[in-house]
Amino acid sequence: MDTQIMTISEQTATLEHAHIPDETVGDVYVDRPRMTARNVNVFYGDKQAIDNVTLDIAERQVISFIGPSGCGKSTFLRCLNRMNDTIDICRIEGEIAMDGKNIYAPDVDVVPLRARVGMVFQKPNPFPKSIFDNVAYGPRIHGIATSRAELNDIVESSLERAGLWNEVKDRLMQPGTGLSGGQQQRLCIARAIAVSPEVILMDEPCSALDPIATAKIEELIAELSSEFTIVIVTHSMQQAARVSQRTAYFHLGKLVEVGDTETLFTKPQHEMTNNYITGRFG
Amino acid sequence: MTDPRREMISPAIAAERVAAGLAARRAREKRFRLYGRIAIGIALTFLVMLFASIFSKGIPGFFQHYVTLEVTLDSAKLDPVGDRSVQSLYDGDARGVIRAALYQAAEASGRSGRKVAGKLISQGAEQRLRKAVLADPSILDTTQTMTFALDDDVDSFLRGFIKRDTPEKDRRINDKAIGYIDTLNEKGLISLEFSDYLIFGSASRNAEMAGIYGALIGSMLTLAVCLVLSFPIGVATAVYLEEFAPKNRITEIIEININNLAAVPSVVFGILGLAIFIGVFGMPRSIPLIGGVVLALMTLPTIIISSRAAIRAVPPSIRDAALGVGASRVQTMMHHVVPLAMPGMLTGTIIGMAQALGETAPLLMIGMVAFIVDVPGSVTDPGTVLPVQIFMWADFAERMFIQKTSAAIMVLLAFLIIMNAAAIFVRKKLERRW
Repeated sequence: MDTQIMTISEQTATLEHAHIPDETVGDVYVDRPRMTARNVNVFYGDKQAIDNVTLDIAERQVISFIGPSGCGKSTFLRCLNRMNDTIDICRIEGEIAMDGKNIYAPDVDVVPLRARVGMVFQKPNPFPKSIFDNVAYGPRIHGIATSRAELNDIVESSLERAGLWNEVKDRLMQPGTGLSGGQQQRLCIARAIAVSPEVILMDEPCSALDPIATAKIEELIAELSSEFTIVIVTHSMQQAARVSQRTAYFHLGKLVEVGDTETLFTKPQHEMTNNYITGRFG
Repeated sequence: MTDPRREMISPAIAAERVAAGLAARRAREKRFRLYGRIAIGIALTFLVMLFASIFSKGIPGFFQHYVTLEVTLDSAKLDPVGDRSVQSLYDGDARGVIRAALYQAAEASGRSGRKVAGKLISQGAEQRLRKAVLADPSILDTTQTMTFALDDDVDSFLRGFIKRDTPEKDRRINDKAIGYIDTLNEKGLISLEFSDYLIFGSASRNAEMAGIYGALIGSMLTLAVCLVLSFPIGVATAVYLEEFAPKNRITEIIEININNLAAVPSVVFGILGLAIFIGVFGMPRSIPLIGGVVLALMTLPTIIISSRAAIRAVPPSIRDAALGVGASRVQTMMHHVVPLAMPGMLTGTIIGMAQALGETAPLLMIGMVAFIVDVPGSVTDPGTVLPVQIFMWADFAERMFIQKTSAAIMVLLAFLIIMNAAAIFVRKKLERRW
């Protein structure tokens, strides 16, 4: 294909329609999966948002989802702890399993599921309560702490692991909304890890933050990956390259390519992945 | 074929054309501002007129004329049985004792003179004397200085509403009576004092004895019933419709109907109350319980609509946050959404209550317009409410009722202002930022 004389729109059209593979390129399976997705389809009403995605999420590893806007990466992320349940018109087919148990099985309760698969959102969203109450909320509703002392310990260690303890230890009773954007996001991470989840889903956690705050969060993700399985959606390919061991590239609801981050960014096997990571479109 | 690239208007010409239109634009802006000021001016003028009229008529209504008499409390006359019981005091001749003191003070003599003088004083005087004796029986057989309300016609005469130069036959008060009033006045026995009857009295045909106490208690009982019913039901409905109800045709119809209910004339709710509670269930008329239920029906749409708006204003990110750490939907609602929406819900509720407090028409339908002298002790005792009391007083011919009506309106307005201020306070105090 002689891309040099093609206009951008022609190129995109070609890429969008002609080259999406039926099969995901790269190895979707891993040895020790924490969560497994098999032939997942997601529909918003009549519109299909996720098309036949099969993917393993490895234990204690960071996997990043990249792709252009509207490619379904966030939708897929939200499927992993059933946050899409809150959308009435959303319908999910296929199977997403954790410990061999389909999380969409009719007898599964979303409450314990979300305690095991925590989530951090795009915009920092602390509760309009004190810093302490923000972190203590999860343990309280799940009855994780058996005593006040234990709850204090949980809050302290969660804030410590979120790298926020030293900054807030003297003002735990002040509102969480009074912190800076980056601190708020770390507070949200502390809140998520306070219930000792196994998987943490992060939906563009740095998109509302400045570069310094972003760097802190990225450091934190690296530290947390020794304890937690982390799935991160990001628009920044550099970020994906920095924080994750595996990367999955989504396009128009399809999982185009998945592989080791290094390999995917240096030797992408699929042409579309190559075009996206080299900045030709997206 | 024309050239698709037509020539651009040169910057100089463009600037000239902009400048040409500038004056008209500015004039339009000025005019618009002027219209706004005129509108506000008109509204303020009417408001000032309204308040001036109510205050000028209402403030005198808080006062009335009293006469101070030296009453000899003869126990033989007042307490014929001698056991200081209520029954004995009612059998006694309190009126005679008071009149004796009055005749002496007004220097009234002769049969016809005494008849005229006796009518100068309010019929409430005897009751007041009996109460004083009951409260402290030791005052029997002594001479006490006591103050009694004057009859409303005397009050109107003293205020100058009944004029001396009107021919005697057209006056509600005759020359002889005027003579006695003058005598009392010269002795300095007549005084204008704060009207305790207005605040602590109940409905009465005698203007000087009429008060709003019974109506005020009735209003409070009615509002209490209304609040207890409408707040929980309204908030629960709003929460269910916003967060849990499936979005289908039935919910849609329910929503439309709730919104329509807000526009239903209040008298219709009164007819409903009359037909259902009194007609079908056979409950008694005129009781605050039914009044409260009817007003609750009327207030519900207001509370539901404002509560739903408040719930919708809670950012979805807060819901996500709670759901994300594993809170159930009910926990998300109860721990986060409802507390954050509470200021809005309370504002709506207080405004709904203020509406209910001022409502007359539906209560007329269920018979709360009845003339009830007793103060209601519970929600099942017959009673009336403040606006209905005002409505009834406005219908009476006596001059003094006009003042009392205005005074009662001021009390009602004061309550409405307090409630609205509370709504603003709640909103400011509980408002959170995120």
